[in-house]
Amino acid sequence: MTSTTEQLAAQLSATTLLRFATAGSVDDGKSTLVGRLLHDSKSVLADQLEAVEAASRGRGQETPDLALLTDGLRAEREQGITIDVAYRYFATPRRRFILADTPGHVQYTRNMVTGASTAELTVVLVDARNGVVEQTRRHAAIAALLRVPHVVLAVNKMDLVDYAEPVFAAIAEEFTAYATELGVPEVTAIPISALAGDNVVEPSARMDWYGGPTVLEHLETVPASHDLTGCHARFPVQYVIRPQTAEHPDYRGYAGQIAAGTFRVGEPVTVLPSGRTSTVAGIDLLGEPVDVAWTPQSVTLLLADDIDVSRGDIVVPSGDAPATTQDVEATVCHVADEPLTVGQRVLLKHTTRTVKAIVKAIPSRLTLDDLSQHPEPGRLVANDIGRVTVRTAEPLALDSYADSRRTGSFLLIDPADGTTLAAGMAGDSFAAVAEAPAADDEGWDF
Amino acid sequence: MTTSVDVVSGTDSPYALSHLDALESEAVHIFREVAGEFERPVILFSGGKDSIVMLHLALKAFAPAAVPFSLLHVDTGHNFPEVLEYRDRAVARHGLRLHVASVQEYIDRGALKERPDGTRNPLQTVPLTEAIQQHRFDAVFGGGRRDEEKARAKERVFSLRDEFSQWDPRRQRPELWQLYNGRHAPGEHVRVFPLSNWTELDVWQYIQRERIELPEIYFAHEREVFQRSGMWLTAGEWGGPKATEETEKRLVRYRTVGDMSCTGAVDSDATTLDAVIAEIAASRLTERGATRADDKMSEAAMEDRKREGYF
Repeated sequence: MTSTTEQLAAQLSATTLLRFATAGSVDDGKSTLVGRLLHDSKSVLADQLEAVEAASRGRGQETPDLALLTDGLRAEREQGITIDVAYRYFATPRRRFILADTPGHVQYTRNMVTGASTAELTVVLVDARNGVVEQTRRHAAIAALLRVPHVVLAVNKMDLVDYAEPVFAAIAEEFTAYATELGVPEVTAIPISALAGDNVVEPSARMDWYGGPTVLEHLETVPASHDLTGCHARFPVQYVIRPQTAEHPDYRGYAGQIAAGTFRVGEPVTVLPSGRTSTVAGIDLLGEPVDVAWTPQSVTLLLADDIDVSRGDIVVPSGDAPATTQDVEATVCHVADEPLTVGQRVLLKHTTRTVKAIVKAIPSRLTLDDLSQHPEPGRLVANDIGRVTVRTAEPLALDSYADSRRTGSFLLIDPADGTTLAAGMAGDSFAAVAEAPAADDEGWDF
Repeated sequence: MTTSVDVVSGTDSPYALSHLDALESEAVHIFREVAGEFERPVILFSGGKDSIVMLHLALKAFAPAAVPFSLLHVDTGHNFPEVLEYRDRAVARHGLRLHVASVQEYIDRGALKERPDGTRNPLQTVPLTEAIQQHRFDAVFGGGRRDEEKARAKERVFSLRDEFSQWDPRRQRPELWQLYNGRHAPGEHVRVFPLSNWTELDVWQYIQRERIELPEIYFAHEREVFQRSGMWLTAGEWGGPKATEETEKRLVRYRTVGDMSCTGAVDSDATTLDAVIAEIAASRLTERGATRADDKMSEAAMEDRKREGYF
């Protein structure tokens, strides 16, 4: 550990930001792991710790229950479970972290999907005594489905299996094989004890057979962003900026956040869905002209030609445009309490464009535990994951979710009351073909 | 290449954004989404540091055009004069329109009752709710951050409120990717929190990087204060000090700025942004724990107030 002054200096310098999510159940010790990460990285401040100590004493517990740091709502405190996604913030000298802390209980699939949707990394927690169980496979499937780039398997409660390497190795091997089959690009397995603090922040003296990083070291060093040179550049237009002032009589800028890839001044571009073409005449990076900008920067694009561009359009490099379509085939996670049915009229929100749509078919429902498919379920209920075919009233410039998480994702919304019904991912469900027990010959090729 | 982005050290790709650039870009994206999807948005502006940062981000999001939103201040009647002065200067400088909802006015006409403890923060809910109804605001930007308090850790960026401004944690929509769903029925509105993912330290570092001017009470100064519930409060007409409370002159500054009756000062000799930031980074207390009496009422205090329509 460095001195406080050095720590301060490091904390105040520019660092990167990593968004990650946790998946695991109360019984696996997830709240304890999160509490331990916050506590051992010195992110818990004195008054928070006092409140936890007081609440623990009030419940007759002798040691402060670190899980209380993260269980925020009264219903949760009463039931001792986590019922919604909570966001936690902590920092080390090397990096800033946003943690989407998601409950692992079976009925909260939608929360795990929500947390994973913005995560660059997911920590899947298992109990060393139980190994890979149905729920673990469900967590792996969600990470694969949401295309989370990095997965960490944290084998917890190693203290209860005498810190035995063979126990860890067997679980790590089984999980890695399963996740790889689903197309998860990278799995890092770490043996830990959240309760005792082994390998969470500090390396474990009791597991000298393990030579890898602690959970925190891995979080600090995993790439937080990726090389964008190979990405298809995409710019959804959010808002048209037209000052119409004496100073800027003719300024017409297209404001938005670059969803993928890079844009350069001078580059020929096409506006979708109209197909009109122009050239990037200038890029304003929040008041400052730049030659090049990339995701996820919020910028304003200026085009050389006065063409009709408005909110909901997508600007793309002319040589690299996605096909536009009105027939969307996708995997959805149903997140509303009311079911989604064939023939239902919905709104589909894709990037900055919201269009009317109709659910044409629900070819199959997927059971996450064993990846079995159930053909023609007719409806999807809360926390179901299934394939849907949706017909939209207007063409969409939709990428495959595998290529672009931001331009391949969409929401289905209830036009009557605005409820978010489903989270959609265009294209195939999984990167790799899993050996799923097909329920019949008509099964989808997952 | 001319860019103003921070250079990030370490092993990241040349395309990695610094945490401040990433947070700034996200907040700007949120402002622009609201501009594109709502009819009558308003920014809650108190002259405190979080609302000042919000306004700064909104100015950047729409430059070189004007910010397409008006401002709303819920004035408790116990605000620091330095802060009100700052508020009025900011409004004038950027040619904005300011609406004020006054707690004092509600008390004067008997629509609200002063609490025995003199705290007016809980009294802001009714004037805020009625101002939203009266002006038919459909999106209301607040400077709330998820790191402030446990109940806020679950708050959405777009938080749906019914016609009574109530927040029902079980009715909040899942928020996926960067796809914000702002649809609502007539009479309902959406509270929007562009600083959701910022921490106190992020806000201060951003203020420093952008050279944003703040009201002077954020920096160390001599002030007549007295102690109540372990906090240094400013003597004033709002109800302090009582006969049993001694005032003394101390060198203090404020970490948060709210109603005088429940915002405490901390002992500090930090007179510059650098000194303030170093102090915060080294502090072992959260900003609310150190300075806000209203959150200490009960473990579920914030959750209860949010349900009623508080920020």
